Amino acid sequence: MRKLLALISQHALSLLKKPSVSATGFHGGVALPKAQPVPLEIANSFIPRTLVYPLLQRGDTLAHAVVKVGERVLKGQVIAHTDQFVLHAASSGKVSAIESRPIPHPSGLSATCIVISTDGKEESVPVTDTKKNLYTLPQLCDLVKNAGIVGLGGAAFPTALKLSASTTIDTLIINAVECEAELRCDAALIQQAAAQIVQGIILLSKTLKVTTSIIALKENSVAEQTCLAAAIAESDAAIALISVANRYPSGSEKQLIQTITGKQVPHNASPATIGVLCLNVGTVFAIFQALVQHQPLLERVVTITGNGVANPQNRWVKIGTPIAELIAQCGGYTENAQRLIMGGAMMGVALADDAMPVTKQCNGLIVSSVVEKTAPAPCIRCGACAQVCPAQLLPQQLYGYSRAENYSQLEKHSLTACIECGCCDVACPSHIPLVHYFRASKGKIAQQHTESQAAALAKQRYEARVARLEQERQQQATRAEKQKQALAAMKAKIAAKR
Amino acid sequence: MLLICLLFAGLGLLLGYAAQYLTVTGDPVAEKIERLLPQTQCAQCGFPGCKPYAQAIANRQADINQCPPGGDETVLALANLLGQTAKPLNTAFGVTEEKQRAFIIEADCIGCAKCIPPCPVDAILGAAKFMHTVIAAECTGCKLCLAPCPVDCIIMLPVPPTPATWHYPLPADA
Repeated sequence: MRKLLALISQHALSLLKKPSVSATGFHGGVALPKAQPVPLEIANSFIPRTLVYPLLQRGDTLAHAVVKVGERVLKGQVIAHTDQFVLHAASSGKVSAIESRPIPHPSGLSATCIVISTDGKEESVPVTDTKKNLYTLPQLCDLVKNAGIVGLGGAAFPTALKLSASTTIDTLIINAVECEAELRCDAALIQQAAAQIVQGIILLSKTLKVTTSIIALKENSVAEQTCLAAAIAESDAAIALISVANRYPSGSEKQLIQTITGKQVPHNASPATIGVLCLNVGTVFAIFQALVQHQPLLERVVTITGNGVANPQNRWVKIGTPIAELIAQCGGYTENAQRLIMGGAMMGVALADDAMPVTKQCNGLIVSSVVEKTAPAPCIRCGACAQVCPAQLLPQQLYGYSRAENYSQLEKHSLTACIECGCCDVACPSHIPLVHYFRASKGKIAQQHTESQAAALAKQRYEARVARLEQERQQQATRAEKQKQALAAMKAKIAAKR
Repeated sequence: MLLICLLFAGLGLLLGYAAQYLTVTGDPVAEKIERLLPQTQCAQCGFPGCKPYAQAIANRQADINQCPPGGDETVLALANLLGQTAKPLNTAFGVTEEKQRAFIIEADCIGCAKCIPPCPVDAILGAAKFMHTVIAAECTGCKLCLAPCPVDCIIMLPVPPTPATWHYPLPADA
């Protein structure tokens, strides 16, 4: 009881100090502690012994493999595709297996993967040079899709889909904010390839006919600003550099758009509805490579950090590289290595083992020691979670409904708008794992949705069957009736003859 | 007097038209009940499908706790809809099980086609003297095909979670 009182009073004090809307341009957010610095030079990629490509890349769409076991593949060859994205082999070699393997997914379950044994020759598919200065939007979407480009900020949303929805936009925002404290892959990429990024933005803004192009950076990122400013000055393009406050999650798409334009993206709607397209800086670089160098997305920059890895660094990593081989290239594990997280510490996914491959959405790998978690205490209804929630939801209320498994109320209170940023977890004085509850409830709602769809299908098929049986019965009855009549007619004929 | 007569005649006509054009077709209560049922069409409730069972509940000929696939959740939903007190599932009709799907061991199938007519959702594909198979996405797991099979080549398999269908479980203390 005394502990509870102390908690309440402590929180009441912090409430007095805290303004309700932060000066960042979006609601809430938290200041993250400084992370271990990582050198910004990007180490070159290496050729791993095997490359592993899960056919399930995002959501529930399974890619269709177009190679067979034993087939030789070249670097840049398409190995699988869906109507939304394409997967390429990142190096030449032989397809050694198409089998079920653990994939980097929070479930830790296995899924079908294409496994390539590399031969180290790096033989590429021949490039057809069709360089242009101006692309129409459908051309651009097609090129981006065939280059296998997805959002490299961590969501891996197919970029072509995003572009094709952006027919009437006026603002292009390039997201280089990297609000997760540990990740530095975007900063490293800017320092290495500022000129290419600017060229990419110019190409994009021509096609999309935008009036404003903005690169958003974290405040105090002087080196990146200098690099980009020099590249912009050289290219003579009208691109604005805007720095945003270093407050997590300032780099989240909707929050960043609100910070820069002052406009809120509605729930369950894309930024295109308010005339904005937001792309990660890595994605823009990939688009530049696809358009100008005709190179599909084969590798990305990954930040490998944490106290569990010997040489924390930024590195070009071939998509499909097994994490174990990657960590070995970074000096291996230290004695602190107990946890492996893909992505940042706030929004990342804890992985069960390091046999899994690096996927397109893997912007960082954190190897760290286990953080002791405080056992959750009862909710004291302080409202701290609502104050930090960048989506302006009521986590405390959602928590209650989640525990009660009241899914209709959860939907009414816009649970789907939760971006799972984890701010409420950080702010909660009772250490309640709120996001965990929200993820579980979201999953349950999705499950109910699929179940009701299956039930609707079953109902439809059942009714169709009942109707069919009824029709068959009627047909049989009419047939029997006709036969009866025919028989009667015949009998009458015979009787008449007699 | 005439005015009142006209008024009533007008109202009578209006009512007549309303009876003709605004009639409620079907049984709205039965439809509401049917929407809450799992549509397994398994007939464990003693009726030949979810729709007949819904109609029977609406006519007060059946109790609300006779649906094993729906389980206690469905009983609760039905009780809420009908303003009744929730009660536990009547185990005389069966017990709630994990979702399963029928699977035909194709090596053992003799192609007798006896399993095809009982399937309430036409989810078995095959013809006489040809191997049969279950369309997995459309199977409701009703088990009605098991009994007619003369060689017992149909088995029920659990539906394993895949990364696409998996979701986070609630924290342990919830």
